[in-house]
Amino acid sequence: MVKMNMIAALNSALDLQLERDPNVVIFGEDVGYFGGVFRVTAGLQNKYGPHRVFDSPLAEGGIAAIAMGMGLNGLRPVAEIQFADYIFPAYDQIVNEIAKLRHRSGGEFWTPVTIRTPAGGGIKGGHHHSQSPEAQFTHTPGIKVVYCSNPRNAKGLLTSAIECNDPVIFFEPKRCYRGPFYGDPHNVPTWNDHPDGEVPEEYYSIPLEQAEIVREGSDCTVIAWGTMVHVATKAIEDSGVDCELIDLQTLVPWDRDTVVNSVKKTGRCVIVHEAPKTSGFGAEMSASIQERCFYHLERPIERVTGWDTPFPHSTEWDYIPSPSRIAEAIHRTQEE
Amino acid sequence: MERTIATTTPYTIGAAPFRPGDEPDFGGAFVHQPGDFYRPDPLTCTTSDTKELAAGLVRVLNDGGEAIGEWNPNLDDETLIQGLEFMMRLRIFDDRMMKMQRTGKLSFYMRSFGEEAIAIAQTMALQEQDWLFPSYRQPGAQFVRGRDMVSMICHCIGNTEDNVRGRQMPVHYTWREGRFISISSPVGTQFSQAVGVAMASAYKGDDEVCISWLGDGTSAQGDYHYALNFASTFKPPVILNVVNNQWAISTHASLATGGHTFAERGLAYDIPSIRVDGNDFLALYSVTKWARERASAGLGATHIEVYTYRAGAHSSSDDPSAYRPNDEFKCWPGGDPVERLRQHLVTRGVWNDEKNHDLEKKIDDEVMTAYKKACEFGDLASGPFPPASTIFTEVYETVPWHVQEQREELGK
Repeated sequence: MVKMNMIAALNSALDLQLERDPNVVIFGEDVGYFGGVFRVTAGLQNKYGPHRVFDSPLAEGGIAAIAMGMGLNGLRPVAEIQFADYIFPAYDQIVNEIAKLRHRSGGEFWTPVTIRTPAGGGIKGGHHHSQSPEAQFTHTPGIKVVYCSNPRNAKGLLTSAIECNDPVIFFEPKRCYRGPFYGDPHNVPTWNDHPDGEVPEEYYSIPLEQAEIVREGSDCTVIAWGTMVHVATKAIEDSGVDCELIDLQTLVPWDRDTVVNSVKKTGRCVIVHEAPKTSGFGAEMSASIQERCFYHLERPIERVTGWDTPFPHSTEWDYIPSPSRIAEAIHRTQEE
Repeated sequence: MERTIATTTPYTIGAAPFRPGDEPDFGGAFVHQPGDFYRPDPLTCTTSDTKELAAGLVRVLNDGGEAIGEWNPNLDDETLIQGLEFMMRLRIFDDRMMKMQRTGKLSFYMRSFGEEAIAIAQTMALQEQDWLFPSYRQPGAQFVRGRDMVSMICHCIGNTEDNVRGRQMPVHYTWREGRFISISSPVGTQFSQAVGVAMASAYKGDDEVCISWLGDGTSAQGDYHYALNFASTFKPPVILNVVNNQWAISTHASLATGGHTFAERGLAYDIPSIRVDGNDFLALYSVTKWARERASAGLGATHIEVYTYRAGAHSSSDDPSAYRPNDEFKCWPGGDPVERLRQHLVTRGVWNDEKNHDLEKKIDDEVMTAYKKACEFGDLASGPFPPASTIFTEVYETVPWHVQEQREELGK
């Protein structure tokens, strides 16, 4: 085990995949010589050559389409979209093409594309460097959706995503690249002091479709992914309520059993995500949980989310779910 | 410039001409000289008349600072001095904003360093009713249209006087009064939208032209190609500029296209296309005026490659020393656009060190005054910011019930 931040952990996963599988290729904007604007691919072009790790022209639609073509012809492409906010020129290629290829061809063709993309707020990125568009993809059959939250699961989940024969969108919470975020922009911890900053140097994987119980508890189930896992951790501490915190990790297909078992135990549930509330993935989870836990629920399921507005620049701390908003929701679930 | 290649096996991968540690050398001078190219009549010119202009490089100012050839716009001293002032203002303004960013008063900044002539000369060549649809590297156009610097700085800070209420990142200006349309981060989207703006002007019968800019890297986006094809099909009054500054963050143009000049792409769409020296104020002015004449006469789009060099970092988040030699811009054959116009004015006998010093001092003072005034309305480090209620307004024309409920939930 060594100390790694999330960037180093992702880099390590990519490095091992390039080493183990000659069909893995990596490309995207600025990922080659420079090693990516967040440095996730640093050093890989030097090690594996410019035809395996390369800079693409600036065209997300092109990047997704080329990845699909490479993937259906035997390669295992890992494409980077520099910011999740910039994925939309690729939306047609992802939604109508990559996601549907296996089904539309009667299983004769498939494409094991992984699309990595930094997402989420907390870096003063305004409208276009802050969004968390996971729900736009969870609503698309044929593609798996993963959202890591710390260095250890980032490496293990990315390994599984690349090895998966289905296409995967892999969201990386950019606010947590260098350290966890507990909702206070003035407190900037690193991964050094966090147990999940201990990462095996060697190969390992964490199965997709598996949530992780970050903290066991008996009075309320709190479900989060990405940056919100850490904000929720702080909120739970502040609330004084004995909560069970679940890091969902994979959103499609999600680990319903773990969630349902927890809610049956606690009878209360708070779902937290950065993305807007309306049609957010919290809505899907909430509906599924009430279908299966109706007679166990003591209070309505709470959702603490970003607002149904574009993501702001100056006022972002009033937009991102804060520990206090989450703690209030936890308290509401404890009312008699 | 010839494309450089890293490998042709198993497929071709381009390479930047120089990387850190290399001795950059662009050959010392451009092949094409001022006076090399004729100026076709804008009202009768066909696409094929522009073939040489698209493959070549239209220049006016020679290395001695003289204006040469048919493309000389023959501007008066006053206009040229005004142009110089705008460019100097932009450079000084950028430096002040960059200092603000470094001291935590702004979250982010992007300079126009080395590209000051582009938006300024081109906007000066247009009419005040013409629409500007810029990328983030053309803020200088606002100086030409007279925008108050305090208002610009307030936007960059995102303070209580920001006209877009702290919603956008710095440098993403909006200024309706100056017909400067709101800047968006996703690159290239404005290019095809500009064709739509121009089609609306044509529909309404107004004598308006829309000018838009995007970068060499961005010209890989679909929006660039949509713009050219729609402009070719409908022939609205639009001027479409590819600012080829060689670098898209770390990606050199050699990695972004296998083609020859960017300008030549326009020929295939049957759009008259010209490649112009982007550090030559006079050439930029002249080519843009020519394009406006065509647009205004109902002859449709002109496609322009503005050939320049991004002298600074992509943004305050970028460190170019990781991917190119630090002093590369110093050997760019196009030189410094501000210095070149200054040299021309000296050659004309209307400019000297004393005048330059006085003007610099005047602008410095104005920028400093504007900066202090803007900070009175809040800075990033200490606020105040627009009220949190601005998160919920102007999402729709009126606030719908579900957004209103969330506003009340936030309680600010």
